[in-house]
Amino acid sequence: MTGRLQIGAIRSSFAPWEDPLLKPLVRFEAVSKRFGETAAVSEVSLAIYEGEFFALLGPSGCGKTTLMRMLAGFETPDAGRILLDGEDIAPLPPHRRPVHMMFQSYALFPHLTVAQNVAFGLKQRGDPKAEIDARVDEMLGLVKLAGLGRRRPDQLSGGQRQRVALARAIAPSPRILLLDEPLAALDRKLREETRVELMALQQTLGMTFVIVTHDQDEAMVLADRIAVMRDGEVAQVGRPAEIYEAPADRYVAGFVGDVNLFEARLDSVDGGRVRLASPEGRFEADDDDPPEVGATAWLAVRPEKMRLTVEPPPEGPNRLSGRISDIGYLGDWTTYGVEIAPGRVIRAARANAARRVEAPLGWDDQVWLAFAPDAAVVLKR
Amino acid sequence: MRRGPSAFNVAAIVAGLVFLYLPIVLLILYSFNASSLVTVWGGFSTRWYAALAKDQQMLDAAWTTLRVGAISATLATVLGVLAAVALVRAGKFRGRWGLAGMTYATLVMPEVILGLSLLLLFVAVGAPRGFWTVTLSHATLTLAYATVVVQARLASIDRSLEEAAQDLGCPPAMAFLKITLPAIAPAVAAAWMLAFTLSLDDLVIASFTSGPGATTLPMRLYSQVRLGVDPKINAISTLLIGLVATGVIAAYLIQQRAARRA
Repeated sequence: MTGRLQIGAIRSSFAPWEDPLLKPLVRFEAVSKRFGETAAVSEVSLAIYEGEFFALLGPSGCGKTTLMRMLAGFETPDAGRILLDGEDIAPLPPHRRPVHMMFQSYALFPHLTVAQNVAFGLKQRGDPKAEIDARVDEMLGLVKLAGLGRRRPDQLSGGQRQRVALARAIAPSPRILLLDEPLAALDRKLREETRVELMALQQTLGMTFVIVTHDQDEAMVLADRIAVMRDGEVAQVGRPAEIYEAPADRYVAGFVGDVNLFEARLDSVDGGRVRLASPEGRFEADDDDPPEVGATAWLAVRPEKMRLTVEPPPEGPNRLSGRISDIGYLGDWTTYGVEIAPGRVIRAARANAARRVEAPLGWDDQVWLAFAPDAAVVLKR
Repeated sequence: MRRGPSAFNVAAIVAGLVFLYLPIVLLILYSFNASSLVTVWGGFSTRWYAALAKDQQMLDAAWTTLRVGAISATLATVLGVLAAVALVRAGKFRGRWGLAGMTYATLVMPEVILGLSLLLLFVAVGAPRGFWTVTLSHATLTLAYATVVVQARLASIDRSLEEAAQDLGCPPAMAFLKITLPAIAPAVAAAWMLAFTLSLDDLVIASFTSGPGATTLPMRLYSQVRLGVDPKINAISTLLIGLVATGVIAAYLIQQRAARRA
């Protein structure tokens, strides 16, 4: 092996969480919250750093919104502490917190104009009028709404309203901007454009953004780090590439992207190479921290890391054969379902790198699947 | 396909409208009757309106009614807004169903019973019957209507509006006054109009709870009718109908406009 391979395809120097001397901006310490019988958030500990774009990702009901609302002050933790700049913010009501929120419904004040909406937080703070006017103009320019200040919210399109909500929340320069599903109400094209703008805006302002989303693509594209949540707990925190390429468990692997899982018994460990056996075949994978020999583990392989061929690959581990049971043509990618046993379908994906293909695949074709030991992840749970 | 109403539809509508409004139309027509016999048409005249202007008792009654209406409607609207906020926004608190039930009870309670129980209350606490007992009783009667109107509007308003205001530095009470109240203002106005109108034409409760010197217009009219019908009654009734109709239509229009904007 030449040099040490790194996870993910992106090199970034922004990693304040790796600096042991740096104090986080926000720290959740074993925070719990119950609503009646159900535990919305249980024992969550998280650290979010200054300037970070942090995503809370999970399905609905996983506690991500409750966590955000506790940071904004709309819910109080039953146990644990939330520290901002090292100080417990429990005694501060929402209107005293330097944390502003962009609501999922945008919550624009219908009886105020766009400019009055954006000025609301500044006015509450008691800024002088001239300063407010200048700041409002600056904000409207920043979100590309210059000249629309006199309109009312009901005279704006959905995308414009989203920008007003954003401008209103960032105008008073909060320490943290909370975004609750900010792009959920936009159509796909607009959502993708807005993502890019949101990233640029966060870079320009250098503000700490915390986004709550159930959309894994959104979290992957926007965030420096993602906390994947499940049933009120944090399942994994990491860079998008870590979450995708080195998921902590089967839940994370399955929630972020597609994955093929093989339940297997660990046969032997040889250096960094692990050998596993299952009724579906023999497997080899690279793992620096393998489970015990004899233990049950799950091998996770992403569809795009499966090599799909008509010719059988060379004799050895990590190969399967089956029949193509479904094909999904997405333009940039084509996904295949390969039935290796009755009812057991393995997903594979190929990039459509060329316009013309010599021997296209079709339904019911007999094919082979193979993957490199490096492409598979061994999961302990 | 045929468009527009069929002959049967038209006939049904006309019959219905005649049934409902013919008496009122007759009353309005006869208020302009020159004859002093109520049932005989003697040509057009406004003499009964002129006579009305000289009838001090009738004018006093009208003035009392307007004051009772305005004060009780204001009281009912303020309390109704508070009750609606508690019912819509406070979530599940102890006694929520009790509050809702008690608020709505007056909607279905026969007015005679409400009037009688209020009279018993005033007698029990030794309150002298008069202007204020009528006003309080009317506020009790109209509170339920005001609550229902405001509650419907409040329930349709995004809760996060108020949260957004707090989030941007507004204390909770100010957030309600600055953001929620303007948003529900049309419903509040409509609730006031409705309460005012209900108070204006109430006879039953006023009869029970009123005392000397606080005779409302409906009470005066009723007692006069018993003594023999004076065409002045037609005149004042017409004015009353005009006022009530204006109130109801204004309340409706305000709500419609608000619904379009929301």
